[in-house]
Amino acid sequence: MYFINWPAAPNAAIKTSTMKQFIVFVRKEFAHVLRDRKTLLILFGMPVVQILIFGFALTNEVKNAKIVIADYAKDPAAQQIISKIEASRYFEVERSVMRAAEIEDAFRQGRIKLAVVFPLNFNHALLHENSASIQVIADASDPNAATTLSNYLNAIVQDYQTDMNQNLSVPYRIITETRMLYNPQLKGVHNFVPGVMALVLMLVCVMMTAISIVREKENGTMEVLLVSPFKPLLVILSKAVPYLLLSLVNVTTILLLSVFVLKLPVNGSIMLLYAESILFIITCLAVGIFISVRTNSQQVAMLISLMGMMLPTILFSGFMFPIENMPRALQLISNIVPAKWYYIIVKSIMIKGLGFSAIWKESLILAGITLFLLGVSLKSFKIRLA
Amino acid sequence: MRTIRFLLQKEFRQIFRNKTILAMILVMPSVQLIVLPLAADYEIKNINIAIVDNDRSPYSARLTSAIVASGYFRLTHHGTSYPEGFQAIETDAADLVLEIPAGFERNLVREEEEKVLVAVNAINGMKANLGGAYLASIIRNFNRDIRAELVGPQTVNPFPAVEVVSLNRFNTQLNYRVFMVPGILAILVTMIGGFLSVLNIVKEKEAGTIEQINVTPIRKHHFILGKLIPFWVLGNVVFTIGLCIAWLIYGIVPLGNIAVMYCFVALYLLCVLGLGLLVSTFCETQQQAMFIMFFFMMVFILMGGLFTSTDSMPGWARIVSEINPVTHLIEVMRMVMLKGSGLTDVLRHMAVVAILAVIFNTWAILNYRKTT
Amino acid sequence: MIQTNKLTKRYGSFTAADAITFEVQQGEIFGFLGANGAGKTTAMRMLCGLSIPTSGEATIAGFDIYKQTEQIKKNIGYMSQKFSLYDDLTVTENISFFGGIYGLSNVQLKRKRDELITRLGLGQEANKLVASLPLGWKQKLSFSVAVLHEPKVVFLDEPTGGVDPVTRRQFWDLIYEASAGGVTIFVTTHYMDEAEYCNRISIMVDGRIEALDTPRRLKERFRVSTMDDVFYQLARGAKRGD
Repeated sequence: MYFINWPAAPNAAIKTSTMKQFIVFVRKEFAHVLRDRKTLLILFGMPVVQILIFGFALTNEVKNAKIVIADYAKDPAAQQIISKIEASRYFEVERSVMRAAEIEDAFRQGRIKLAVVFPLNFNHALLHENSASIQVIADASDPNAATTLSNYLNAIVQDYQTDMNQNLSVPYRIITETRMLYNPQLKGVHNFVPGVMALVLMLVCVMMTAISIVREKENGTMEVLLVSPFKPLLVILSKAVPYLLLSLVNVTTILLLSVFVLKLPVNGSIMLLYAESILFIITCLAVGIFISVRTNSQQVAMLISLMGMMLPTILFSGFMFPIENMPRALQLISNIVPAKWYYIIVKSIMIKGLGFSAIWKESLILAGITLFLLGVSLKSFKIRLA
Repeated sequence: MRTIRFLLQKEFRQIFRNKTILAMILVMPSVQLIVLPLAADYEIKNINIAIVDNDRSPYSARLTSAIVASGYFRLTHHGTSYPEGFQAIETDAADLVLEIPAGFERNLVREEEEKVLVAVNAINGMKANLGGAYLASIIRNFNRDIRAELVGPQTVNPFPAVEVVSLNRFNTQLNYRVFMVPGILAILVTMIGGFLSVLNIVKEKEAGTIEQINVTPIRKHHFILGKLIPFWVLGNVVFTIGLCIAWLIYGIVPLGNIAVMYCFVALYLLCVLGLGLLVSTFCETQQQAMFIMFFFMMVFILMGGLFTSTDSMPGWARIVSEINPVTHLIEVMRMVMLKGSGLTDVLRHMAVVAILAVIFNTWAILNYRKTT
Repeated sequence: MIQTNKLTKRYGSFTAADAITFEVQQGEIFGFLGANGAGKTTAMRMLCGLSIPTSGEATIAGFDIYKQTEQIKKNIGYMSQKFSLYDDLTVTENISFFGGIYGLSNVQLKRKRDELITRLGLGQEANKLVASLPLGWKQKLSFSVAVLHEPKVVFLDEPTGGVDPVTRRQFWDLIYEASAGGVTIFVTTHYMDEAEYCNRISIMVDGRIEALDTPRRLKERFRVSTMDDVFYQLARGAKRGD
């Protein structure tokens, strides 16, 4: 049998140990999280895998494009051009004298992206009229590849022309000197790493927080917590804290990988980067809380945070497709996607090396979104209880 | 056989009764299919350019007009100081800066040669490439015109020229949306199939109703079939809705045979659902299941060729993308819808997906233990 | 009907059930008692074919639990702690589903469905979702569904948790009815008063069977007047349980 010690002034005791209570809650949440090995594996492994994929597998560059060259001309000039094309890393060349119908078939089977035809009279035209033409047929179902490949082909032919005209002096030349800033080798990673950070943080935080809260609702344990003398706000915040720390670990992982494996340095202040990351994580947690207040089933919470947010976050953050290309209405929508602002912030700090003065506006917007979401969530929460 | 009928009755009843989930299954993909292709546009237009004109001559003015008239560029800054122009890049007001040096026209005419400087914000590699290429091409054309004026008219083209005549097959409008819609539809169908099937079994595990099933003489493969079929039907429904949206909103009418598409989607769904079932046999909670599935989805989507081409991947990545079912779905959707490919053309893709389907489903059945 | 010999289940170094040996005759109501954590559910799951024993033998209705699990499943019914009915299906739909799974023909199904609904007085609720039923009715429905296919043995895992004594009594009426019809009942519980309702009971402590007899003889043996006291005598020194 035990005896219960009633404190002399119970209210005072509770007030002074709110912090202690909070820590108790946070500890419990940590226990939940750390116990689930499978989820932890994915939580920490996913950013690594994504960085690897983006860093080494994906690129916007067009290369190794399968094309076919149909050479009807069979003359040395044509051969020179063809050699240049074959030497280019953009193309994987198959030589085959195909007719139009066969080219169509090859397109339909997805075997080639482009066909180059040197017509029969190529030699004749070049000799007698100083002007010959080559036909390029592109599979424009992928318009970008078609345009880019056609451009590259054009450039190769231009190159050939310049070579041809080497010996003849061409007067009045304008020479364009081009300098690539921030990313001299045009490495795709510069775009992707900030984007991956935004994506991973957003999806993980939103989903984990939402599920964690909704699960307690489903189990009925939420009611137990709410009936206790602890403020509901504390309960909710305690659920968010472990994921804040986990996400910071993820940020660190991504930065480490980025600097040492991808050789993409952090040009600006790391402290600032972490501070802004914390801000963004809190925004995402707020989104998660917002979702959880409105749903009662884990399944719905999960479907919304994953299915509902995966593609939109990828697209509206601006790291895959430039936002200025989008129709006006969508550009406006992208303004409420927190990932978009964070992406700009990370790019500015990490790649351009700028300071807070350049990103105070974006930070303010993130803070505003956070406060708004938390405010609305709290209100909904209180309404439910009343 | 009868058992399957009862299983299906139960599953469908449960699905239709859950109005929220049903709405999400039908509405979310539809909304995304309507909105997202509008956002996904790789076409590079509206490149912002800052021109620093230190010459202020007729030539530099002409060059500026040529650049603006090309339609590729938006002139956002026109000044005389390079630092200002550079600042435009820092603040993202401009994507590139063209600096025309003082004495441009005079030097070009007198010395027959002059330099201009272009600085490009290369964070977005593709934009930088294309922007640089367009600018170079405009300058080249301008150069050619000036040269023609200065050298005088010629009857014969003194310099041999090879011209490239381009022809575009399929999607002659070069409409990027037309390219993205089948891809996005593929992703949405995959997500529905994958997420729903994985949640379903795990939910029964969590609720304990799966024990009740395990205690009955239900055969394992009947049970799995009973779980596969309802979501297979749902997947097809979502696909059909997607096709309708593609037609109504984007005016995309499949060039090829719709039957071929349905044939492939039928097979594909078996594959994705099988993966979902397989994952669910490893998980105890819905959260785990969702997370693991999410991980696969993420990898599949990124490596599937939706955003970047699979051709430009390094060897090892291409192998991964080859065994990625999503790659094949996206390919087939694009091929049949945009190019009119037929059954024989997509046979290779069907074979890969069929093998994957067999592997996933068999593994799932083997893994599912009524007795632990 | 049920025969076990040194049935054991180990999880690593932890022995959940230790050398369980007993026999249950046909038509008996056999109570499997013990504190929470004593190993009752583990033992039952092995008998139902849900869990493979680490060692030992057992047969249910003459079928071996290692080699003939599917046969066993055709002949048993089961009601788990969580009641395992589908909350989002109606009463009728649940009955139809489980009946159909066990192979009842449409004719049989209809007959049994109507019988069941009438007997339990669920006429008004027949088309309501199970989620909307009060706990007591859910339990009775669960039990009825478990015996729908007229199995030889029915396993009930803590079937009466959380309801008032009157409802519990009504539940046991159902059990008696089934037993009178020749069904062997194997029920685990930690309510000691329910032990009085059984023909024979066994008491598990820390994974082992410490007593096996009729309630009356157990009370005589320990010289106490209630099963509660019998249990207290046995379980006092228990290391597992709350």
